[in-house]
Amino acid sequence: MAITGLIKGLGITLKHFIETYTVDLKDGKKRYNTPEGIKERSSADTKGIFTVQYPFEKVPVPEAFRYIPFLVFDESESGEKDIRCTSCGICAKVCPPQCIWITRSVNPETGKPVPKPAKFFIDIDICMNCGLCAEFCPFEAIRMDHDYEISSFNRFDHHIYDLDKLLKPAKYYAKIHPKQYAEEEAARIEKEAKKAAAKATKPA
Amino acid sequence: MSEEILVSTLPEFDVLYSDFVKKDERNGYEGFIVEPSSLKEFALSARDRWGYDYLSSVTAVDYFPDQFEVVYHIYRSLGGGALVIKVQIPREDPKVDSLYAIYPGSEFQEREVYDMFGIVFTDHPDLRRILMWEGFEGWPLRKDWKEPYYEEEFKPYASRWPNGVAERIEDKNPFGDNVQYPKGFNPETWIPSGEDALYMGLKRPDKLDGVDSEYVVVNLGPQHPSTHGVFRMAALIDGENVVDLKPVMGYLHRNHEKLGERNTFLQIMPFTDRLDYINSMSNNFGYALAVEKLMGIKPPERAEYIRVIMAELSRIQSHFVAAGFLLNDLGAFFTPSLYALKERELILEVFEAVSGSRMMCNYFRFGGVVRDLPEGLFETIRQLAFNRLPRKIDEIDEFLTGNEIVTTRCIGVGVLTADQAIALSTTGPILRASGVPYDIRRADPYSIYDRFDFDVVVRYHGDIFDRYLVRIEEMRQSVKIIQQALTQMPEGPIFEGKSQYQVKVPAGESYGRVEGPRGELGYYVVSNGQANPWRYHVRSPSFINLTSLREMCKNEKIADVIAILGATDIVLGEVDR
Repeated sequence: MAITGLIKGLGITLKHFIETYTVDLKDGKKRYNTPEGIKERSSADTKGIFTVQYPFEKVPVPEAFRYIPFLVFDESESGEKDIRCTSCGICAKVCPPQCIWITRSVNPETGKPVPKPAKFFIDIDICMNCGLCAEFCPFEAIRMDHDYEISSFNRFDHHIYDLDKLLKPAKYYAKIHPKQYAEEEAARIEKEAKKAAAKATKPA
Repeated sequence: MSEEILVSTLPEFDVLYSDFVKKDERNGYEGFIVEPSSLKEFALSARDRWGYDYLSSVTAVDYFPDQFEVVYHIYRSLGGGALVIKVQIPREDPKVDSLYAIYPGSEFQEREVYDMFGIVFTDHPDLRRILMWEGFEGWPLRKDWKEPYYEEEFKPYASRWPNGVAERIEDKNPFGDNVQYPKGFNPETWIPSGEDALYMGLKRPDKLDGVDSEYVVVNLGPQHPSTHGVFRMAALIDGENVVDLKPVMGYLHRNHEKLGERNTFLQIMPFTDRLDYINSMSNNFGYALAVEKLMGIKPPERAEYIRVIMAELSRIQSHFVAAGFLLNDLGAFFTPSLYALKERELILEVFEAVSGSRMMCNYFRFGGVVRDLPEGLFETIRQLAFNRLPRKIDEIDEFLTGNEIVTTRCIGVGVLTADQAIALSTTGPILRASGVPYDIRRADPYSIYDRFDFDVVVRYHGDIFDRYLVRIEEMRQSVKIIQQALTQMPEGPIFEGKSQYQVKVPAGESYGRVEGPRGELGYYVVSNGQANPWRYHVRSPSFINLTSLREMCKNEKIADVIAILGATDIVLGEVDR
C-alpha cells in the first residue's frame, strides 16, 4: 500500500522535528551561538537541528584552511615592516592559473637586483586557492589566509591586490596558523643556533 | 588454457599477427602498433578470440609535426591489465576506421577525438562535433592550434616575473580574438546546421500500430532542473514513449586537456579537482598514479593508507549525494537529499581539515600527500567510520529502499543487459548493476587495495533500482575498507624527501586508472621529458557512461528519462571537461 511509505516518511520528519526540541531542552542555551554548540552540531553523535546559522554563527575553519594568499612581514623594533619575500619568483612560477605578478627591486646605482619585491600583485578573480604558492615558498613569506568574507560590489576596483593589501604582520600569521608558525619558528631558531655554533668553531 | 593464464597474460600479438602488428618499442611506451588498414580485423580478433571485450578509452596524440596516433586501451571484463594498441596516421587528411561496429562504446569517444583533432573515423554512424559548437573553426587539441588569449606555449609565463605588472587580459582585448570563426562567417545570417543533423540522426522506425500519428522531438535541457547542470537530451517520442534519444553536451567545455598541456605536471593537480567536483580526492588519486607510474616512484606506506582512506570517504559522500539526488529526480523534493548532504557535510569537514578545502582538495602529490592528518582528525575519522557512517547508511537504506515510490519507479526501468553494458563501455555502478563484477580495485589493483578485505558489489537486473542498491552497498564496503585502513595504518613519513615544484618526469606514456565513484577514471599522460606533459587525457566515467543513455531510455516513458539520467549519476564538470 502506498500509504505506509507516506506515513513512514512523515514519521521520520516528525522524529527530527521533535528531536530538535528535546535536544534544545536538554542542552539549553549553550547549543546556539557558542563554540561548543557548533562543535556539538558537527560531531558524529549530533541529533536534532544540524544547520549553523551563518552569519550569526560561523563554523571555525581548521588551520589548514586556505583562501587567497597574503604576504607576511616581521615588525622590527623600530616599527618598520620587514617583508619576508625576497621576490625569488617561485610562487609566480608554481601558480597554476598564473595570477601572481612580481616586479623585483633593482638597486638604482648598481643596477643589480635586490631581494625585495618592488611590486607584487595577485588577481584574486583568477586565484584558485590551491595553496601551491604557500606550500613551496622557501622563505615562509607567502601564506594562505583564513578570511573568506571578501565579497565586493565591483570587481574592477578591488580585485587585483597589491603590496598594500597583501601585507599582513607575522602576528596575524601566528594567530591563524599557530601550529605551523610554531614549527617554523622552532626550525628557524635551531638553524640560527647551528649557524652560530659553526661560526664559533670556525676560527678555532 | 587455464583461467589464470587467460586473465593475467598479454598474448604476443606482434608474433601472432606479425603481418600488421608490431611492438611499440619506443622508450617508455607499451603496447602494439597496428597498421591502419588492419585495425578492424585486429580489434575483432582481440575481442572474439582473446577476450578483450571491454574498450575502455580511445584518444589521440598529436606528435607534431610527424603524425597522429590514435590510442586504444582495451581490457578483459574478467580483469587484468590493458591491451594498448596504437594506430599511426599522417597529419594530412587523417582517417582511421571506426571501431563502432565492434565496440559500440567508442561512439562518443571517437566523436571527441574527431572534435579535438579532426581525425575522421570512417563508417562512424554520427560523426559530428560533440563538445565544441557546430560552427567552430579549428581542431583544438592539435599542437598548432592556439587558444584565445594565447600567451605562451608553456607555463610559467615570462611576463609574471621578474618584471610582472598585473593586467587583466580582457582589458587588453575586450572584444576581439576570443572566438575563432570560419572564413566568411556572419553571425547575423548563420543558421546552426548541427541542429538539423542532430534531429535527422534520431532514428525513426516505421509506425506499425496503424495509428495516424507523428513522432515528436522533445528537448530536455540545456536548462532543466533534472539535468544536474547544463546538459541537453534530444528525445524522439511516440506518444509518451521514447523512440530514440541523443545527449547533447559541451556547454561547460573548457578544454581541460589543452590547459593540462600548458601547465607543468604539478600545476595540473588543482585543475583535476574541478573535473568531478563532487569528489576531488579520487581525481587527484588517478592523476597522481599516472605520473608516479611514469616517474617510477611509490609513496611511503602511511601516505598510501591516507590516500585510500580519503578516496573511500570521497566515494561514500559521492554515493550519498547520488542516492539523495536520485530521490529528487523521482519527485521527493530535497528531503532525502538534505539527509544525505548532512552526512556528506561531516566528511567534507574531514577533507577541509586535512587538505584545506572542502571540495577542491588538491591533496595528493607525486610520491605522497600534502600533509599528515592533523591532531585529533584520526579520532574524528574513526568516529565516522565505526560509529556514524554505518548507522546512517543503514538509516538511508531503511528509509528509501522499501519506499513504494522508489520501488515502483525504479524496478525494471532503464534496463541495460550485461552484454550491452560491456559493449557500451559503461563503468562503475552501472556496469556492476548489470551483473558484471568489474571493479578496478579488484580487477587490476592499484595502490594498496590488494590488502583489504571487501566485496565487489554486483546486482543482476541492470535497472535503476539495482544501480541505487549497488551504490548503497558500496558505501558499506567503503566503510569496511576505511575501518581496516585505520587499524592497519602505520606511523611514518607521508612523503619521501622534500616535495618539489618541478618534477622530473622521464619521457614515455602511462595510463593510471582508479575506480572512482562513477566508474573508471583514467589519466593518459605522455611526457617528452620536459616540465610540461606532451599530452594529457582524461578518460572520464561520466562522459563515457552517457554512451549507454540511449539504450537505457529506449522504449521507456519520457518521465522515466529523468530518473534514468539521475541514476547514471553524471557530473557535468567531468562530462564536458
